[in-house]
Formats: sequence, structure tokens, C-alpha cells
Amino acid sequence: MSLAAVGRPGTPEPWRDPDAVPFLRIEGVTKRFGSFVALDDVSLSIYRGELFALLGGSGSGKSTLLRCLAGFLELDAGRIILDGQDMAGVAPYARPVNMMFQSYALFPHMSVAQNIAFGLKQEGMPKPAIAARVTEMLALTRMEGFGDRRPAQLSGGQKARVALARALAKRPKLLLLDEPLSALDKNLREATQFELVNIQERTGTTFIIVTHDQEEAMTMATRLAVMDRGTLAQIGTPGEVYEYPNSRFTAEFLGTANILEGVIERGEGGGARIGSSEYEFDIVTSSPAPKPVGSRVFVALRPERMRIARVASGTPHADNRLVGRVRDIAYFGDFFMVHVAMEGGRTLRVSLPNLRRITERPVDWEDVVAITWDADAGVVLPE
Amino acid sequence: MNRARWLVLALPVVWMALFFAAPFAIVFSIGFTESAEGIPPYAPLLRWREDGSPYLQLNLENFRLLFDDPFYIEAYLRSLRVAAISAALCLLIGYPMALAIVRAPARWRAALLMLVVLPFWTSFLLRVTAWIGLLQDRGWINSALLALGVVEAPVALLYTDLAMYLGITYCYLPFMVLPIYATLSKLDDSLLEAAADLGARPVRAFLSITLPLSLPGIIAGFLLVFIPAVGEFVIPELLGGPGAQLIGRVLWTEFFQNRDWPLASALAVVLLIALVVPIGLFQARAARA
Repeated sequence: MSLAAVGRPGTPEPWRDPDAVPFLRIEGVTKRFGSFVALDDVSLSIYRGELFALLGGSGSGKSTLLRCLAGFLELDAGRIILDGQDMAGVAPYARPVNMMFQSYALFPHMSVAQNIAFGLKQEGMPKPAIAARVTEMLALTRMEGFGDRRPAQLSGGQKARVALARALAKRPKLLLLDEPLSALDKNLREATQFELVNIQERTGTTFIIVTHDQEEAMTMATRLAVMDRGTLAQIGTPGEVYEYPNSRFTAEFLGTANILEGVIERGEGGGARIGSSEYEFDIVTSSPAPKPVGSRVFVALRPERMRIARVASGTPHADNRLVGRVRDIAYFGDFFMVHVAMEGGRTLRVSLPNLRRITERPVDWEDVVAITWDADAGVVLPE
Repeated sequence: MNRARWLVLALPVVWMALFFAAPFAIVFSIGFTESAEGIPPYAPLLRWREDGSPYLQLNLENFRLLFDDPFYIEAYLRSLRVAAISAALCLLIGYPMALAIVRAPARWRAALLMLVVLPFWTSFLLRVTAWIGLLQDRGWINSALLALGVVEAPVALLYTDLAMYLGITYCYLPFMVLPIYATLSKLDDSLLEAAADLGARPVRAFLSITLPLSLPGIIAGFLLVFIPAVGEFVIPELLGGPGAQLIGRVLWTEFFQNRDWPLASALAVVLLIALVVPIGLFQARAARA
């Protein structure tokens, strides 16, 4: 499903090595706009060659953090240390950091080649060297032959490539990407995602990408941070964050999750038994409870980890089994999302892969069904 | 085409025909007549032979005189130079003003624009006359200079080229500020951020991004100041020196003092053509680019 979740072959994981030196250290960064706290004491370490995603909704602070890294905003507190150098007081034009803007911000009065050459000219690089680098960047982004075009003559995907080429031309230590693919349609976006990852691996540049698109973050990132109201809700590889969300917020933000509420009754076979506070049944998990017995906790269940089958009306709930009535079936092409209404009005979502062309649906509207899951499906949320 | 749409299109056409094309045709035709005693003070262009057939009595002397007598050519050239210098002064003062308004906090912008336009709320003549009060020998400026002991005798300010340029620049400044403000306010801020991000210091970013992208506003403002300034009569007359014969004053003299309507008409036609043709060519080139 995801490149990164399954781990790229041979990709080092420096964040697991306690002796590894972070390439970028963000320490206690706080940024306020008037009384609004956009970033609240954010700390984060990013390693050389990572493709790190900042994921969050609007107002989560992800773009503010990116603009602090670029130098467009001054910090109210904290430090940003890039490759051993404190960035405090270093103007945007003096930072070894480049940015690919959401709007691409291509200079409309310059050709593609002039756009790419702009940063190199500011460095005072000699003309032949500039020309060589522009050619190299056009080749890297597969834009050969477009050097003389104006930005207005390019398609959305081509503009994105030029913006990337321009940002990479100076060989920055750190490349910031602000929602880089949000203007592209779905197919082009997916193709460009893979290409971005490809270019990132070939150049070895450290990328930080801001996105609100969880699929984009999951497929591209080596690690990601989920941001919520100016704080980092969770940091980890896409697989870790998806499989082991640490809070209700991340569980629901990354993918779809059914959240059940209960009280930890006892540890059981290395796992936990949680008595539901909503229904007459227990949730059994194979992962240990993060809190002492008697604590109230939330349990997250992914729709694709649950099974659904018709049962006779009146079948009782049991361990890891809930009975309800099908209220809605949403067709997504590759799967169905079945909405099952429980007594009391709550709805659980269960996904059903579309394995063969249907003549008869396995479940139908108004069917009484049992939803079951294995002990390793439920994740007890620490928060 | 429905009636409402036809009306909308007809209104400007009728307006232009009545108030531009027709008067221009009249002025143009008077340019080809001979001066004569009487009312109106020119001989008719259309005449009748004895057999009753009509013929045109075209007189090209007026136009020939304009190009033969260096007095008129010098007046044209001087007017063009005064207009160009005035427009350049307006640009020099107006561009930083427009830039400052665009960069000001959003809540101030409307008020600052209002201040630019505010002088229009008083009469044009009143504003020019006020400058006389400031510039004359016993005016505010000289009084201040004398009181401070900077000068011992009043400095001649009024009725000089300086006063004329001051007056024209002052009166036409809003026509420079507004179009430049319009293009600058549409400029995407992220372009400047991108320039800074790519290593351009603020001055370089301004020269390579802001300035070229505001060129349409600069051209519009320059033309809006330059074109009326070429024919400007009131400001040079009230503030300028007696020596400088500008085309506006020459026209006035020919028309009202010499009552030579045909020559005055020829002057006006040549002035219009001298302005419209090069600007038209420039616009056509700009549209192609």
C-alpha cells in the first residue's frame, strides 16, 4: 500500500540510532500571531537525507513551521539548528534552504531557464556553470526542451517540475515543500509523488514536505509528524503512526478509525481486556495496556481490520464482536464502506474489499450483522 | 442581439461620436480654411461655383507655416520636454508612494489612497493659486527662509521653470500613483518571498521582480501624466516664467489674441497626431509582445 510503511529496501533509519547526529534540530520553537499561538514549544529532529512530512489540517501550524525554517518568520522562542549552524538572525536570502511554494511562485516575466538560473545568479556563479546547472536541472525534472517557455505556457504538472528544479538548483542543504502537489489532479499527483521521491533519493537532499493530504504523507515520507493546534501530536514512520496512533486525534486524522470507549479490566496474555462502557461486551487486545487497570481509555479500530457477516436477529455481543444493523453502504470502486448502526445510534464503519464483480452483495441494507475482529486489531490509545 | 446589450454598446459609441469625433472633424476642417474677418473668423471650406456645383477650397498654408516657422517647432519640442520631465518627476515621487501604500498595514491602505486623491476635492485653480501664495517673494517659503536667516533677500521662485515643474508634478501626481498602486497591489507576495528564498537581497529582489512586473502601471501612469501635460496651459501660465512658450500658450494666443482660428486648429491637430501616432504604435507593439 505504501512505499514507506513497508520500509524502503536498504533505507537507513538514523532516528533509531541513539548516537546519530540530527541534521536539523528544532528546539522548543514557539510562534505567536497576536494572542494566537501558531506553534507551541515544538521540538523535532530530522536526519540527513530524510523525506519528512508535516501533516495537519488548516491552522495546525505546519505551514508556520515551514516558514520559520525558510526564515520568513522570526521565532518568539526556541532555536533552529541546521547542520550545526544556529539559524537565528539569518535572513531568508542567506539560508542554505530553498522552498518549493504552494503556488509555485514562478517569475512570470522570465523563461523557465531564467527561473532556474535566478538563484545561481544571486550567488555570482559564472555564466557557463549556470548554463550547465540549468541543463542538469531540466534533465533531472524531465523538462528538457522547455527552457525557453514562459511559465504561462506550461501545464500545472510542468510548473511543479520547474518550481522543483528552481528550488534544487542551488543544491540546498534543506528543501522545503509547501503543499507542492495540491494544485494537481489525482492521477498526475500520484505520478508526481513517486517522481519527487525518486528525485529526493537521487539528489540525497533532505526534504521537509508540508501537506494536509494523509495519503501523500504516507506514500512519500520516511517519517511524518501529525500536527494539531501548534503541537506535534505524533512523530513516527507512516507505518508506526498508522498502526499505533497515540491519540484519538492521530487515529482519526490518519486514515479512518472507529473509536470505542472502555475501562481497562486486566492484563490478559500480554495484552489487555477492556470493558466497554457503551455496550455489553469486552474488547480484547494483544498489545499491552498503556495505563493501569481501572483507567478509562479509547480503543481505535481500523475499518479494514474488521470482518462483517450476517447473523440472526437477537445475536448477543461477545468479546471483540458487536452486532448491529447495516445503515448504509458506500461504494468506492475498490472497496465498500459499510456503515453499521448500533443500538443507541452510534455508527461503526467497516470496509469490505471488492474482490469480485458483485452479483449478490455479502451484506445488504437493513441486514443484521456481526462485526468481529482479532485481538491484534485494536489499539489502546495512550491519550 | 438583445436590446439592453445594444444600448450598452451604443452609449459609448454615441458619446465618442458626439463629443470626440464630431468636434475633432470640425477642428480638423477649420485647419484647412483661410483666416478671414467676420464671425466665424474663417472663410468657408465648402464653396459653390457660379454654375451651382460645390468645390472644396483647401488651404495648406497653416500646416506649412507650422513646419516652416521654428517658433512653432520649438514650442512643440519644449512642451514635449516639459511633459517628459514632469512625468519623470511624478514617477520618481509617485512610485515610492505607491509602493509604500501597498506595503502599509491593510487597515491604513484605504486611508492613504484617500489622501492621494484628496486634493481633487478642491478646485484645480485654487490649488495652483495656492502655490502662488507659497512661492511669491513675500510668500510663506521666502518668509521662512528670511526669518531663519538662510537668505538675505527673497529668492525668485514664482514665474520660474522650477515653479512650473512643481505645479505640474503636484497636480498630476495622483495619475501616476493610482495605476502603479493598481499593478503593485496585484503582485503575488510569494514571488518576492521566492526571490528572497533564492538568495536575492531586498534591493535585487525589487529590481529583478517588483520593478519589471510593475512596468504596465509605470507606462500607464507615465502616459496619464505626459499626455495632458504636453498641452497644459493653466499651470505654466500661472506659475511659469514669461520666456517659455509652450504649445498650450501658443494655441491660446493664436486663438484668442490673434483670432487666427485656422492656425490654432492646425496646431491642435498636429499636437494630437504627434501624441496619438507614437503612443498607438507603442501600444500595438506592447500588445504583440
